[in-house]
Amino acid sequence: MRLQYPSSVRVIQLPCSGRVDIIHLLKAFEDGADGVYVAGCLEGDCHYLTGNFKARRKVNYVKKVLEALGIEPERVEMFNMSSAEGPRFATVAREFTAKIKELGPSPLKAAQAA
Amino acid sequence: MIVGDSKPLEEILEMIKDRPKVLVLGCRGCVTVCNVGGEKEVGILATTLRIARKKAGLPPTIDERTLERQCDPEYVEELAEVAEGYDAIISIACGVGPQFVSERYPTVRVFPGINTTFIGGALEHGVWGERCQSCGNCLVHNFGGLCPIARCSKSLMNGPCGGSANKKCEISPEVDCVWHLIVEKMEKMGRLQELAQVWPVKNWSTSRDGGPRKRVREDLKQ
Repeated sequence: MRLQYPSSVRVIQLPCSGRVDIIHLLKAFEDGADGVYVAGCLEGDCHYLTGNFKARRKVNYVKKVLEALGIEPERVEMFNMSSAEGPRFATVAREFTAKIKELGPSPLKAAQAA
Repeated sequence: MIVGDSKPLEEILEMIKDRPKVLVLGCRGCVTVCNVGGEKEVGILATTLRIARKKAGLPPTIDERTLERQCDPEYVEELAEVAEGYDAIISIACGVGPQFVSERYPTVRVFPGINTTFIGGALEHGVWGERCQSCGNCLVHNFGGLCPIARCSKSLMNGPCGGSANKKCEISPEVDCVWHLIVEKMEKMGRLQELAQVWPVKNWSTSRDGGPRKRVREDLKQ
């Protein structure tokens, strides 16, 4: 299965999506990421029971922070997929990248360049 | 612990507007335990403020620091060499923090980054409830270990009132009627008869009504 997904997606591996914290997501934006998504296991399939639910709540928190800062909350998302779903991983990567391209570069970059 | 809530981001951004160099100051005491003002929250707030600054094309000079406690002068003293270099310090400790910091460094603008809400405890992970109003004369042992001062909306000593229905207080279906809980608990303990005692009007002079309070331990005082 030689699946292609955009090279702009940088994968950061974690033992469980529940390890994702608000600060990790915010730091990515601070460092200039145009978008960030969390790929967690399917709901109900978490090896640690609720890790992916916790990750979703953190993503929602960061959405609110971005909104308060006047940054599109769609720049951060949570997706669920099983580790056996290679094609879905690639599809999500392509679709999210397309969505972020539509939104344009991070407003932080635009402000820094100005 | 003392429990607090983060102030809205808009309010904090307004505080530090036109103040280039900012320190977000956390506390490892109560506010760390209630997840509002510890090292982690300092990181989150400082990062958020840096994002806001970068978005506005401003230099993101937002530093981070967390003291052991902000309610003890010996720890506040740790800022001696750096405090005056900041145009603003946002203290995310309880209301004591910004006061102690601004008393020690009178030329620095100190802002509160959280709203101190109550003295309470964790009901579950991420949920806190009020348990004490620091009235200065604890009587919980008379009420099955439940405080009618902090937990009854009217602080009734001889409850319940007519607003108690289906175990809830009339102010909100979310609020337990503590007098319902007291009666249930005392019944379980076989102490229901004790509630026949009529409590006289409470002396509130030990509470805030007596003015700001101070405690002196002569044996410890230097």
